[in-house]
Amino acid sequence: MSLTPDEVRSIARLARLAISDRDIPRYADNLSRILDFVAQLDKADTTSVAPMAHPLDMSQRLREDAVTESNQRELFQKNAPQVEAGLYLVPKVIE
Amino acid sequence: MHTKTLTELARDLKARKLSSEELTRSYLTRIERFNPQLNAFITVLQEEALAAARAADARIKCADANALTGLPLAHKDIFCTAGVKTSCGSKMLDNFVSPYDATVVERFRQAGMVLLGKTNMDEFAMGSSNETSFYGPVKNPWDPTRVPGGSSGGSAAAVAARLAPAATGTDTGGSIRQPAALTGLTGIKPTYGRVSRYGMIAFASSLDQAGVITYTAEDAALLLGAMAGFDPRDSTSVDRPVPDYTAELERPLKGLRIGLPKEFFDPGLDGRVGAAVHAALTIYKKLGAEVRDISLPNFWLSVPTYYVVAPAECSSNLSRFDGVRFGHRCESPVDLLDLYTRSRGEGFGAEVKRRIMTGTYVLSAGYYDAYYLKAQKTRTLIRQDFITAFENVDVIMGPSTPTPAFGLGEKTGDPITMYLNDIYANGVNLAGLPGISIPMGFVDKLPVGLQIIGNYFDETRLLSAAHQYQRETDWHRQIPRGFE
Repeated sequence: MSLTPDEVRSIARLARLAISDRDIPRYADNLSRILDFVAQLDKADTTSVAPMAHPLDMSQRLREDAVTESNQRELFQKNAPQVEAGLYLVPKVIE
Repeated sequence: MHTKTLTELARDLKARKLSSEELTRSYLTRIERFNPQLNAFITVLQEEALAAARAADARIKCADANALTGLPLAHKDIFCTAGVKTSCGSKMLDNFVSPYDATVVERFRQAGMVLLGKTNMDEFAMGSSNETSFYGPVKNPWDPTRVPGGSSGGSAAAVAARLAPAATGTDTGGSIRQPAALTGLTGIKPTYGRVSRYGMIAFASSLDQAGVITYTAEDAALLLGAMAGFDPRDSTSVDRPVPDYTAELERPLKGLRIGLPKEFFDPGLDGRVGAAVHAALTIYKKLGAEVRDISLPNFWLSVPTYYVVAPAECSSNLSRFDGVRFGHRCESPVDLLDLYTRSRGEGFGAEVKRRIMTGTYVLSAGYYDAYYLKAQKTRTLIRQDFITAFENVDVIMGPSTPTPAFGLGEKTGDPITMYLNDIYANGVNLAGLPGISIPMGFVDKLPVGLQIIGNYFDETRLLSAAHQYQRETDWHRQIPRGFE
């Protein structure tokens, strides 16, 4: 299969990745090759095979509903690009 | 002292022939001297390491030490280290100082091990050559024009060049075993769930597992014993006792049933690597093992299955990097969407973007069944092959990689060529089994590795089989020229 530049732009949009127009043909080529490669899976007969989500077939372990963590907001916000009064700042969302 | 194994250094520390400070200084000096040519470290912790070494010496003096106290090591830069930059090889996290320790880091710290620094790696562990790192490629100490493998390439190069006596790594599709093989080292990927993933930056959560890169299986046993075990902070950590790996190393191999999958010996395998596997099997037979021909009929599905499952999980895991709470943020975003897309577009390199987009595509409406659901079913087939094989054999052996280390830049043009380097590794992660790579000889003066795959939680048998081979051979004792 061969992805069109528009298809690549649409995937990039879904993935929230800015890709420059200059790079689109290269991604179209690479992604097409990867999808061609994984298309080999079509040749495998998987009738009545159960899908596997986890190697050990474990069920999700649940913990007690108890407070275990202390508030470390200041420490965590040291890594934030922009904070004010303990809040994370982003461009205006609602006009 | 840098030519000694971790186990030998542990003995010297215990016998007080050597202090941790002397040992640490010696490695820091070697890092200063050799790292510029190898690029194995992203961060070197000179001051912190010496302080930790002095604290370890104090513990040894008042008999408050264990087998690991005072031994230096390096962590792959995927493990969160409190107060220390944790980049994951990415521009996205170039400014990230972790507020906490990964469980693996915490356990080694509590044991009194000395952290020398954080090692270079493929960006977000996505790569097989260490060429996708934001910090530049790592050189293979055996030949600086070649790659050390990846994604734990910095850890492998550091240990091979004797800049650290051991290092941690992570293995999602071969990222410990492949670099260990290409640099002449021992690398173990434990069973999925054996070692905590807490604080280990996630790539593909159903495949990721932490392990170590060392000189010998004996060294790996020593470290794995301290790093394995239940952790309530990792929801897939398995609550199961950790065996005494060191105590079991000498368990006789007589009667060990080794499975040799015919599918591993395909045309993609360098014949000289195949010959080295057969030479290793001769030694195992001498030790009393028996070799049985087996088949893994769905082996050919492992790389294509991996390249649906791993990108799908990565596209989901890496959505947390949004330029809001931590990590790279673009300059003057006009709106929230612009903030997300440009921060991610600038922060991630080409391979990471490729994988996120592959994952986004295979999970998107209309394609989910054809790709993702299909791959989960072929994953079942791959695991079933191994389960069937282990009904008749104790371990499976084969090559770790199809060829010795390839040249820098040789495989960067085509992602598929690069992906096929992990053809023998991917299936083990998909099935969640443990695997180890050990040095088994040289091809073109470059090391090649023997892969031993074990049944679930049978690390004990992998380590004892590796250890007894290493008693009969000295491949693991070879040091690259210029680093003696």
